[in-house]
Amino acid sequence: MPKTILAVDDSASMRQMIKLTLRNAGYDVIEAADGQEGLSQARRAKIHMILTDLNMPVMDGMVFIRELRKSPAYTGIPIVFVTTESDAEKKSQAKAAGATAWITKPFQPEQLVAVAKKVLGE
Amino acid sequence: MSPTNPIEIFKQEAQELLAQLEATLLDLDCTPDDPDLIDAAFRALHTIKGSGAMFGFEAAAAFTHHVETVFDQIRQGKARLTRDLIAVALRARDHMRLLIERPEKADPAAEEALLAALHDSLSPGEAVPVVPCEAAGERVWRVSMRLPRDAMINGTNPLLLVDELRSLGESIVTPVTDTIPRLQEIDPSACYMAWEITLKTSKPRSEIEDVFIFVRDEMELEIALAETSCEDAQGKPDAQEPTPSGPAEETLSEREPPEAPAPQGEADAHATPAEQQRVRRETTKNHASIRVPADRLDELMDRVGELVITQSRLKQIAASSSDQQVRAVAEEIERLALELRDTTMGIRMVPIGSLFGRFRRVVHDLSRDLGKEVELIMEGEETELDKTVVEQLNDPLVHLIRNSIDHGIEKPADRIASGKAPAGQITLSARHAGTEVHITIIDDGRGLNRDRIRARAIERGLISADGALSDAELFQVVFLPGFSTVSEVTNLSGRGVGMDVVKRTIEALRGRIELSSMPNRGAKVTLRLPLTLAIIDGLLVRVGDARYVLPLAAIEECVELPADDKGGSRGCSFLNIRGELVPFLRLRELFAAKTPPDRYQKVVVVAAGDLKAGLVVDQVIGNHQTVIKSLSKLHAGIEMFSGATILGDGAVALILDIPHLVQFGQIAEEQLRAAA
Repeated sequence: MPKTILAVDDSASMRQMIKLTLRNAGYDVIEAADGQEGLSQARRAKIHMILTDLNMPVMDGMVFIRELRKSPAYTGIPIVFVTTESDAEKKSQAKAAGATAWITKPFQPEQLVAVAKKVLGE
Repeated sequence: MSPTNPIEIFKQEAQELLAQLEATLLDLDCTPDDPDLIDAAFRALHTIKGSGAMFGFEAAAAFTHHVETVFDQIRQGKARLTRDLIAVALRARDHMRLLIERPEKADPAAEEALLAALHDSLSPGEAVPVVPCEAAGERVWRVSMRLPRDAMINGTNPLLLVDELRSLGESIVTPVTDTIPRLQEIDPSACYMAWEITLKTSKPRSEIEDVFIFVRDEMELEIALAETSCEDAQGKPDAQEPTPSGPAEETLSEREPPEAPAPQGEADAHATPAEQQRVRRETTKNHASIRVPADRLDELMDRVGELVITQSRLKQIAASSSDQQVRAVAEEIERLALELRDTTMGIRMVPIGSLFGRFRRVVHDLSRDLGKEVELIMEGEETELDKTVVEQLNDPLVHLIRNSIDHGIEKPADRIASGKAPAGQITLSARHAGTEVHITIIDDGRGLNRDRIRARAIERGLISADGALSDAELFQVVFLPGFSTVSEVTNLSGRGVGMDVVKRTIEALRGRIELSSMPNRGAKVTLRLPLTLAIIDGLLVRVGDARYVLPLAAIEECVELPADDKGGSRGCSFLNIRGELVPFLRLRELFAAKTPPDRYQKVVVVAAGDLKAGLVVDQVIGNHQTVIKSLSKLHAGIEMFSGATILGDGAVALILDIPHLVQFGQIAEEQLRAAA
């Protein structure tokens, strides 16, 4: 059974890129365009890892991570957030909110796979 | 071009973001201190930069970064947004667009100038982090790690980290268990243990640190070079590379964050409720729609067109069949085909607001350049039009707006002198009117200069010097090729696109253009456009043995031709319709039909604008769903017909161009009058 990754990003191009990359690496990917949608998608399937952008409309990544961590169902599920070099202070905020790891934009597809493998232990 | 290609999706996205950015900047031009708007601009820039770098648009990303920095400073209140800065930002936006869409056209000198202009307004302090490099050689490290209590809750698996360390080289792992509480006090999701690892590796220190990249800020981590003597004592006789640097230097506690973030504002963390609400609204709108490549829509429309043609064949066959079942199915299919047609055309409808939005920029730039103050008022932005029409309207509308600003609106001083407000107004409005959409551009400037138009038209030999012309007739002259009243072509209006081109474009869309003006009160241009270009409701008529289609929207009524008018051999005569004299054209004569005429000739009364004309036909066949096929380039010069369609039996019927026929009727009428 391939592991399922939930990718949350408001940018369709990013979601597409993430989806293609992770699918090629053998993961199942489900998508959501913002934190709100992310929460409902997370409830729908068994998720092994969540990849989320921080800067999103409706519910931003920070709130999304906090909401996830409030529920015991998502205890221990790795949450990786996407950030940029200039977002240094956001990184620590996201970590404090309960994120596991991050990947810095711009990233190469291999880097994304490497992070997924790292937090999933493969 | 695959629509699933992220780069293509990014380009589309960037285009939208840039449009959004432009609108935001123009809004800021009015309210430069609105924090929501500044935030929105920053977010758009941030996304363009981030995604741009992702998809290989490094130049665009690097450039955007500078603009983003400026807006970040503004956002944090470290700088003020001035109108000059907005003007620079708008130009920077254009440059970003160039970098994304046609990077080969981007001018580095222009970029330099823009950056300089940006830097003049602000001085961003940007430190580039230098990543130290370490020389490699196999060394022994002692790693001591303790994760925070909530590490496991937050998704970090300590064993994975230990495994990863072990993958770097030969290692001895010792768990530190003294901090584990008694069983009844244990929280099963908390991490109590620590680990000591001795690792022998040729990998540099940075790679060991990298294992803990995601947790090092919160964890206790010590990475130290083990003493060589210690190494020997542990029974590792391998020859060691002498360590060049002092061990004291190599030991450091990793409690500090690596990048030492400046304690900046938390503007991101909590957006104002208003902002959130706005964002929410935007997104709900987005959620209801999906993105489809435009050519697929065109394809769908083509298919529906074919279906409608096939359906009319079926209808014809069914009509001559006595089988009730076949007839019932044919009727059902007709209904479905029409519904499908309407739905498909509905899909192609886009609000004209997307187009109107672009003109704010035109007005902003142009009025700045000309030293005029112009306020653009937009109405009816939600009015929907076929997307092909909307796309083709851009150039004509830009030209008309330019004309209004350049020639219509006066300078503030002149306006005050003539008792007007210093800022001119241009109203751009769109509304539905039956099967047409009317777009009007109204300005409150000086209006068209009759005398200058007249003088120019005579000079160019477009009208004769002694002819008396009504306003409407004189203004039509403006649309003739080669007409331009500006003796010195300004670089704004005179871009080789004259009003004749505007008129031609509008007519190619089966639309019409009208112009009216009041001296010193302003001018008004009205564009009347059909809702769609692809399929129309038509009336099928027969003239001789050929069939023709008249657009149903243009038809007023059908009457029988009075018997006493039948013998007439002139091209045009009059019909008395409820006291109104309507000139009529005998299409049989016009199209040189050879077959004997029907006994009862019909007149189809059509209207174009305020003018009416009757068209005499042999037979009115009935309604026809007309899928418009354009005529080939060879036939583009034929003004009587606007296109052709395929009938149910496979025959081709030409679609009559009503405005031209009506005009033709009027001219024929005048000639007759003159001859009489």
